[in-house]
Amino acid sequence: MSEENRKIAFICSKGDLDMAYPALIMGWAALGNGIDVTIFFTFWGLDLVTEKRVDKLELAPVANTSFKFSLMGLPTGNLGIPNIMGIIPGMTAFASWFMKKKIESLDVPPVREYLEMLHDAGAHMYGCKMTVDMFGLKEDDFLPVLDGVVTAGDFMDMTEGAQIIFI
Amino acid sequence: MSAILETVTFNDEGFLTDPNAWSRELAEAIAAQEGIELTEKHWEIIEFCRQKGLESGAAPTLRQITKGTGISTKELFSLFPKGPAKKVAKIAGLGKPEGCV
Repeated sequence: MSEENRKIAFICSKGDLDMAYPALIMGWAALGNGIDVTIFFTFWGLDLVTEKRVDKLELAPVANTSFKFSLMGLPTGNLGIPNIMGIIPGMTAFASWFMKKKIESLDVPPVREYLEMLHDAGAHMYGCKMTVDMFGLKEDDFLPVLDGVVTAGDFMDMTEGAQIIFI
Repeated sequence: MSAILETVTFNDEGFLTDPNAWSRELAEAIAAQEGIELTEKHWEIIEFCRQKGLESGAAPTLRQITKGTGISTKELFSLFPKGPAKKVAKIAGLGKPEGCV
């Protein structure tokens, strides 16, 4: 079939809870369509594959223009949640908890489990060498799903002919 | 082997148009066309998908299959390479699976 050799590579550069999901969802869809998937985790994106961070990803309600009261099911249309509320201690934790609950209600797995599914389905996952050096991380700081730590150049070699999506 | 495929109709994407026209022989023929030889393990998954698919009217997604059968993601991808949910749906005579996970 024409899909046979299609390859997609994702570059995950963000460590927020909401920015963790795009590559996981699209990567899973790609694997489900028989497409080769490679994911490169760089900068804050490395949090997604870091043992100590993966279950603690958060969503900050400050400076997010999409944060509306209607997200919580209130009939308030476009009325935004004021930033001043977002700076109250505990608001980030609350927003993160709320989003996790929403994700769970759709039967979408948490990030750790999603990564395991992708790994089992044959996705290749790599950490960015420069970020690893900069943050002073070691190999055992990462989840076992990570295939290794590579340079940007290595990533380019690995993804020849792939469609690349930067997140 | 392919004669049975001539007796039914498929849509543009290769899914059987009428799930009631399905039979085990037809499944074998579709699988062969996809390059898969059906074993007992394959049948376990096909039967699960048939049951769920006819019950709900939609072919189960990958995660619904792994959760429902207890078969691991890894095994599912090795039994039905390159897109297990779509492959099983085709072989089981169901429509294209919808849903993201």
